[in-house]
Amino acid sequence: MENIENTGREPILKLNSVSVSYVAGKNAVNEVSADIYPNTITAIMGPSGCGKSTLLRAINRMHDLYPNVKTMGEIFLKGKNVLQMNPMEVRRLAGMVFQQPNPFPTMSIYDNVLAGYSLNGIRLSKKEKDDIVEQSLISVALWDEVKEVMSKRGSFLSGGQQQRLCIARTLALKPEVLLMDEPTSALDPISTNKIEELLLDLKTKYTILIVTHNMSQAARISDNSMFMYLGDLIEYGDTRQMFTKPKNKKTEEYLTGVFG
Amino acid sequence: MTGRKQTSISYRNSKNKLVYILVCTLSFLSMLPLFFILWEVVSRGYKNFNLQLFTEVAPSSMDAMLAHANNEPIPGGILNGITGSILIVGVAILLTIPLGLLIGIYLSENSQKRFAKLVSYLTDLLQGMPSIVIGIIAYAWVVKPFGGYSALAGSVALTIMMLPMVVRSTEETLKMLPRSYKEAGLALGSSYINVVFKILIPSGFGGIFTGILLSISRVMGETAPLMLTALGATIVNWNVMQPTSAMPLLIWDFYNDPNLVDLIWSTSLLLLIIIFLLNWLAKIVARKWKI
Repeated sequence: MENIENTGREPILKLNSVSVSYVAGKNAVNEVSADIYPNTITAIMGPSGCGKSTLLRAINRMHDLYPNVKTMGEIFLKGKNVLQMNPMEVRRLAGMVFQQPNPFPTMSIYDNVLAGYSLNGIRLSKKEKDDIVEQSLISVALWDEVKEVMSKRGSFLSGGQQQRLCIARTLALKPEVLLMDEPTSALDPISTNKIEELLLDLKTKYTILIVTHNMSQAARISDNSMFMYLGDLIEYGDTRQMFTKPKNKKTEEYLTGVFG
Repeated sequence: MTGRKQTSISYRNSKNKLVYILVCTLSFLSMLPLFFILWEVVSRGYKNFNLQLFTEVAPSSMDAMLAHANNEPIPGGILNGITGSILIVGVAILLTIPLGLLIGIYLSENSQKRFAKLVSYLTDLLQGMPSIVIGIIAYAWVVKPFGGYSALAGSVALTIMMLPMVVRSTEETLKMLPRSYKEAGLALGSSYINVVFKILIPSGFGGIFTGILLSISRVMGETAPLMLTALGATIVNWNVMQPTSAMPLLIWDFYNDPNLVDLIWSTSLLLLIIIFLLNWLAKIVARKWKI
């Protein structure tokens, strides 16, 4: 299995022979091992059905929702095995942003940012709330656009703004890792560009894993890339190197558009 | 070749028109009975549709007979029926909402489980249950053990009738919500129960509330189950353990008393107005809280 060389830092996320199956005996993700280092953006690429979203969702235990899905292997997040932790605790440490912007429709913009707290029954003073909302929205560059319309519903915003609101909602809980499942595939190019800039900015504080269909997006923003094919992790390494001198023939074929 | 094509197109066009006219005519015909009902009820009911209807209890047969003899309008109103309907249906709503919501949530969240499929099937059966049978059940369950007819017994009967509608509308509404709402809530580390009550139920509020309103309008006019349970009363009663009147029960009483026949129509008119308002409100709610 390919892996990036250890740069002396401790990996924040360590995948150890992770397999996921939807149907018994048939792995959608097959024995994936990889170390992910803090403050990096790692892109997970590959053709449809290669298991990239499945792998991402294994990390924050989203597969627990569907009893027939089995996750095997070990996933260490800051040294603790995710598969043995309480899923609620895992999900607070590993925030997730989805493909479709999904602000909660009945909540205001303000309440959406705080949803993680209200859903977990954490009581905050008005001052704390205001601070969290302001900080979270500033960090996704949405504050100036929405500070006058805080009480409007989340669905009042444009698609790109909604997605940034969803990122702010995730950041409000101060996670260690951000898992993003094709976060820009439902957005227009301008909104996509904004989100990409935002991710480069967020990298200084968070570790980001992003599933993407878009190879140029991976090339633009990621430090490291994973290429997956039919459930296997074919290649994992420095993005620039992978795009210029891929080690594996399959990776080269995918990147040059032979299949995809 | 071209000629044949053209004749076939003009033939199709005229066939289209013919079917269109037929459909419009039949649609209009199917609505006629509704117009006739409305006309009948309004034209006969408006005479006694006055303030007195809302402020006084139903008159005795004797008073009505005397009024008839003197060529005066019938005294009295249907206050005992209005308050009774409010009491019986109100208690039924209080019983139905928590029960219906919980069952609906269970069915939408576990639709693949065998037990859920059974419950779902039984809910359908309950929906088709004759109301008089439900009345007898409530008689056996409440009237007998508590030793007398009561508003509560009526409410239990109406609850059984409302339940399938509320369960179904809750289930269907929740199933229609995008799965990503639930996933997003759980991805924030929320417990399952909080996701259901703080995200899913509020998001589906429009559909669920519409179902509740429609179920109310469905049982508002139910008579048979109330005859066996609430029985009726000549006074305004707010005690759930006492026999109580209701608007449909009064209509039945008036029908059985030749001196009170005039009040049938004004009571029917009020009942129709209430049911139309509920349906109209349900439409507004469904539109306003659409996601």
